[in-house]
Order: sequence, then C-alpha cells, then structure tokens
Amino acid sequence: MKKSWITIIVIAVIAIFFYSSIKGTYNKMVAMDEAVVSQWAQVENVYQRRADLIPNLVNTVKGYAAHESETLTGVIEARAKATSTTIDPTNLTAENMQAFQQAQGGLSSALSKLMVVVERYPDLKANQNFLELQSQLEGTENRITVERQKFNNSAQVFNTFIKQFPKNIYANMFDFEEKAYFKAQENANEAPKVEF
Amino acid sequence: MQKIIKHILLVLLSVISINTIAQNFPEKSNPPRIVNDYTNFLSNAENQALENKLVNFSYETSTQIAIVIVPSLDGYDPASYAFALGDKWGIGQKGKNNGILILVKPKYQDSQGEVFIATGYGVEGAVPDAIAKRIVNNEIIPYFKQRMFYEGLNAATNRIIELTRGEYTADEYRQSTKGSAGSAIPGIIIFLIVIIFSFVGRARRARHYSVGHNVPFWIALGMMSSNRSHGGSFGNFSSGGGSFGGGFGGFGGGGFGGGGAGGSW
Repeated sequence: MKKSWITIIVIAVIAIFFYSSIKGTYNKMVAMDEAVVSQWAQVENVYQRRADLIPNLVNTVKGYAAHESETLTGVIEARAKATSTTIDPTNLTAENMQAFQQAQGGLSSALSKLMVVVERYPDLKANQNFLELQSQLEGTENRITVERQKFNNSAQVFNTFIKQFPKNIYANMFDFEEKAYFKAQENANEAPKVEF
Repeated sequence: MQKIIKHILLVLLSVISINTIAQNFPEKSNPPRIVNDYTNFLSNAENQALENKLVNFSYETSTQIAIVIVPSLDGYDPASYAFALGDKWGIGQKGKNNGILILVKPKYQDSQGEVFIATGYGVEGAVPDAIAKRIVNNEIIPYFKQRMFYEGLNAATNRIIELTRGEYTADEYRQSTKGSAGSAIPGIIIFLIVIIFSFVGRARRARHYSVGHNVPFWIALGMMSSNRSHGGSFGNFSSGGGSFGGGFGGFGGGGFGGGGAGGSW
C-alpha cells in the first residue's frame, strides 16, 4: 500500500465531509426558510379571512345603525388599507413587518370601535345573523393569534439556527437573512377607553 | 360587547407571551387516555364511559375528540390554553389534523367555570365556530349549571360525533415514510473508510500467510476473517411504538389553528 494512496483517501474523506456538512446545513436552512414562508402564508390567510368577514358585518350593522356611518366608513377604509398592504414573504424585514402590522392594527382598532358602538343597539345584538358574524369574528381573531404565534416560533427557530457558529458563516455566504417577528402593539398594554 | 374588546385585548396581549406559552401544561397521561380529568370533575364510571365512547370513535374514524379538565388555566384565556395544549399533545392525526379538544375548567368559589371547544384545522369545516358556540351554549352550559357534568359532556360529544362522522375514515391512516439519507452520509463514509483500512491490513497479513503456508490468497483471507469474532451488535434500535392493548393508542400529532368557541358559567 503506497502512502500516496492513503493521502488521497484522507483528502477525499475530508473534502466529502466538508461538502456534506455544508450541504446539510444549507439544505436545512432552505427547509426552515420555506417553513417560515409557508407559515407567513397562513398568517395572511387568517387576516384575509377577517377582511372577508367585514363587508357582511358592515352590511348587517348598517341595517340597524345607519347613523353610525362615520364608524362604518372607518372600518371600510381600514379594511382597504389592510388588504392593500402585503409583504413579499421572501423579504420579511422589520420595516415591512411594521407596515403590515400597522395596517392590520388599524383595522383591529376600527373593529373594536364598531363593537363599542354596537352596544347601543339591542335589536342588532339580538339579530341571529349578527351573532353568527360575531362568533366568526371572535374565531378569526383566535386564528390570527395562533398563526402569529406559530409564525414567530418558526422565525425564531430559523433565526437561532442561522446565527449559531459556524452556520452564521454559511448563512452569510448564501445570503440568509434574519426574519422579523410580530410584535405586540405599542398601545396593547393600555386599557381601552370606554366612553358612555 | 365588552367581551369582544376584552377578547381583542387578550389576543394582542397573548402575542407578548409567545415564548412563555406551552410551559405549564399537564403532560400526557401514560398509558394514554383520551379523557383526562385532573380535578375529579367526573366520577370514575362517568370518566370511563366517555373514554370508551371516544376511543371507539377514534378507532372507527381516526377523529380524536379529547376531553381535558384542568384545575386552573394558569392565567391564560381558555382559547389560547386550548390551542396550545391541543398542539402540544398532538390531538388528531398528523396530516389530517382531525382533533377536537373540549377543555373544561370547573367553577370554583373564586372563579367562574370555563369551557372551550377547540377544533383542529381538519375539522373546522365540519364544526364551524358558530356551531361550536351553539354546542357550548345549548348543550354544555345548561347541564353544567345544574352540576350535571357528565350529561353536558355526553351531549356535546354526541353532537360532535354526529357532525364529524363521515369526514374521515380510519383506513385513510397515512403511513409516514420519513428519514433522509443526507444526514447519514458522513457516518457512512467513516464506516466505509474503517472497513477499507481494516481490509487493507488484513489483506497484507493474508498475503504473508498464503505465501508462507502454500494456501491460496483468498482462502487465507477467508480464514482470517472467520477467526475474528462476529459478536458485535448494531446498537439498540428501539422500535418506538404506542402501547395498545385494547386501550387508547395515543394522540397522532394533529395541529390546531384557532378554530372553535367557548363560554363560561
């Protein structure tokens, strides 16, 4: 057995080992990146679901509370703004995320205003159609929470993975960037003002 | 309607607690049970009756309707608690997500009773939120108010069984074929190298032997390898399997996405 043979084998083994380690890490990053993107699709889905409920809700409320046109217009405008603000899921940067959250947060607060107004109309509150819409809206808000949490979890898994040594080197090499998180609304800690 | 405001607030607040969620939940019971009562809410006989009914239904259709009764929600709202617990336990089958969780927190002197029906992704169509709300308000709460806990849960599960029967069948069980060859490559290469080196060494010795003893090389090689003991074992490949034995086979890894509705009494 010649020494050169052993050297060749050793070099080949080292090369294959490095190749497979980079390949494994890269492929894992791709898979995790894909998981974040598909979870983002789920998030957009549930927000879309909420947007889809609104025309029906507005029409039902209009039938009983036509005077509240200001609030209703507010909801419609916030909805238009929210549905027009979309993010390219491959570019989940902090700024994009903030714009998205702001638009959706605007719709959330417009809706909560509407729900306060609705208090004054007992007939509306007894309406079966309205009750169904209300429970659907509640369910949609639940879905939004769950999907946002799942998105944050998958983004966290991805971010942790790409920041660890030596994977941060590969991540830099292949341009994997940190994903932004959903953050709590700035005013979420304040109790809402209820005026009577 | 303040409830809605409270609800929206809770939704926003619960986003803050992303990382703390799924910390204090009860562990799955072992052996697995589909009815888990941590509070003596139900008598043993009632518990067993529900268990039998729901286990049979899960064998029949693969849809899993779990009942969990906990003494406290640890500060979560019932909806968040139910989704997180359902996800953690994996109620329903993987891929079908056909799990339903009926979460109950009994009424105590200092706190009201809470009940929430959480539906997995796959049964949101069969049991829409408005229907879940109706089941809670019309089947569960009226019984619970009269302290007829078994009757409430029995009526609710009967309704849910009616609604979900036919959605899924048991023979649709998916066989998960997992395992990627990619991650095993370095191990395989090292293994091959070890084999090659030991072969090289042995062949060298065999050549010496065959020359000295007038035995053909290949026979000498064969003799040398048969001298070696083959007593190595390949480690312990434990086959992970659920405990069956007539009882409940365990949850299948289904996911929850926020479907369902609840109420309090």
